[in-house]
Amino acid sequence: MKEGFLIEQERLEHEAAASLKSSGLINDIIRYFRKKSIFVLAYGTGCGAIEMPPTFTSRYDAERFGIRGAATPRQADVIVVSGYLSFKTLRRIIHTYEQMASPKYVIALGSCTINGGMYWDSYNTIKQLDKYIPVDMYANGCMPRPEALLEAFIALQKKIENDEEPSGWERYLENIEWYRQNQRAVLGEDIKPAYEADWYTEGR
Amino acid sequence: MTILTIMGQGMAVLLFAYVAGMLYYGLYRNITARFQKRIGPPVLQTFYDSMKLLFKDEATAFGWMFYLGPVIMATGSVLTLLLLPFLRVWHEGSLSVYGDLFVILYLMVMGPLGNALAVGVSGNPFGVMGVTRGLTRLMGLELPFYIAVIGVMSVAQSSDIWHIIAWQQIHGINMIHYPLLFIAALFSFVGFMGSSPFDVVAAPQEVYSGPRSEFSGKFLGLLMSQNAIFGFAKLLLMVDLFWGGADSIVELILKTFTLFLVTIVIGVVYGRFKVHQAVDFLVKFPTLLGVVGLLLL
Repeated sequence: MKEGFLIEQERLEHEAAASLKSSGLINDIIRYFRKKSIFVLAYGTGCGAIEMPPTFTSRYDAERFGIRGAATPRQADVIVVSGYLSFKTLRRIIHTYEQMASPKYVIALGSCTINGGMYWDSYNTIKQLDKYIPVDMYANGCMPRPEALLEAFIALQKKIENDEEPSGWERYLENIEWYRQNQRAVLGEDIKPAYEADWYTEGR
Repeated sequence: MTILTIMGQGMAVLLFAYVAGMLYYGLYRNITARFQKRIGPPVLQTFYDSMKLLFKDEATAFGWMFYLGPVIMATGSVLTLLLLPFLRVWHEGSLSVYGDLFVILYLMVMGPLGNALAVGVSGNPFGVMGVTRGLTRLMGLELPFYIAVIGVMSVAQSSDIWHIIAWQQIHGINMIHYPLLFIAALFSFVGFMGSSPFDVVAAPQEVYSGPRSEFSGKFLGLLMSQNAIFGFAKLLLMVDLFWGGADSIVELILKTFTLFLVTIVIGVVYGRFKVHQAVDFLVKFPTLLGVVGLLLL
């Protein structure tokens, strides 16, 4: 009998593996490379930071799935937001996320990123990360073990390979005004008006 | 020797170096993982990484000077490879009859300088720190390597690599005749390959991958691809200078991979030096060995 996050995980994995849609040979190959190689920017915001070193070192060895750490946001594909986010840290997360090169994904680690977790009535943390930056995969728990984080990575890989729904960065670009509105609600007006990479993408 | 044979042979050499370099660097990560009691990534992982990066967007725009950096590096790598003797039987119809050792040594420094140009444009402090560390280290690396190369050149009475190989065919390989010169060059070679303990340039913990910190997407992919080619070119240079080149592809793979395995094992065992420690070590121990080797010629 499965319960808790296992059900959610199963649902996510089942949905992801439901049907492999092909969208041309070239796209399939590109998605295969994206799935096989994931550079992670581990942003240690809360207690979840301590779960990441074992995930990437000898004990759990995420590198066997092609998952390895990236040194800077420019090189990263995935940002792992590990745990609660205070308003101050949220500003850094948004800044970092917008510096990453698309396609990019977000993994939210821990219950705090879903509904606030044990910080549900805190005055200076955000409760729902998805309102501020688009989350692609959750790893539920307080704290989730490295196995759960690896499961989240593998579910994300399946999602990348199947390409069923618009990924987080596409949602973010489409609904940038909605995200900015939410960000302004907690950070005040002191936030950049448009998507940071616009000045780059517009030129093309 | 028509232009077509030169081009055909050049393309074949380039393709072989790319495939071999990618596989070698994949094995590097896999073997390192086994040393650390990990399963490690698949052998093709470096290839997957570079291909994924080639299909990514870039997140940066610093102007054309910035993007020229990886192109200059790639140019330096490809030229180095094409001007080196590949197989002994391919003497005819190869570009390598034109260049000599001085050109090779010049081209090997071209990459870091191109990188310095690009990083200077980006203005990233970590990138600038990485370049400074790299150029400081280069002084230490070049000293013993050049001493060894001078020894090898004076023995063969020529700066032409084909002559050096021919000399070794007659008298036996340089590694056995002049072990001190070989050891001195090997220390530098470990550094040139970017292996520990001399990997101070792109240290991910200290300077956040240094010169590469602003590169994303296609240009990082280009840097990874040229790194594979350049890595193989450096292995080829050492094999040509000290192990007498190779007659067949199998012999070439055996020799280059043995040399590569040496750098892997040294890199796994030792941690990273600080910059001053690396230069200090290189200027003292290998340089001394090289000078003694020169005196014993």
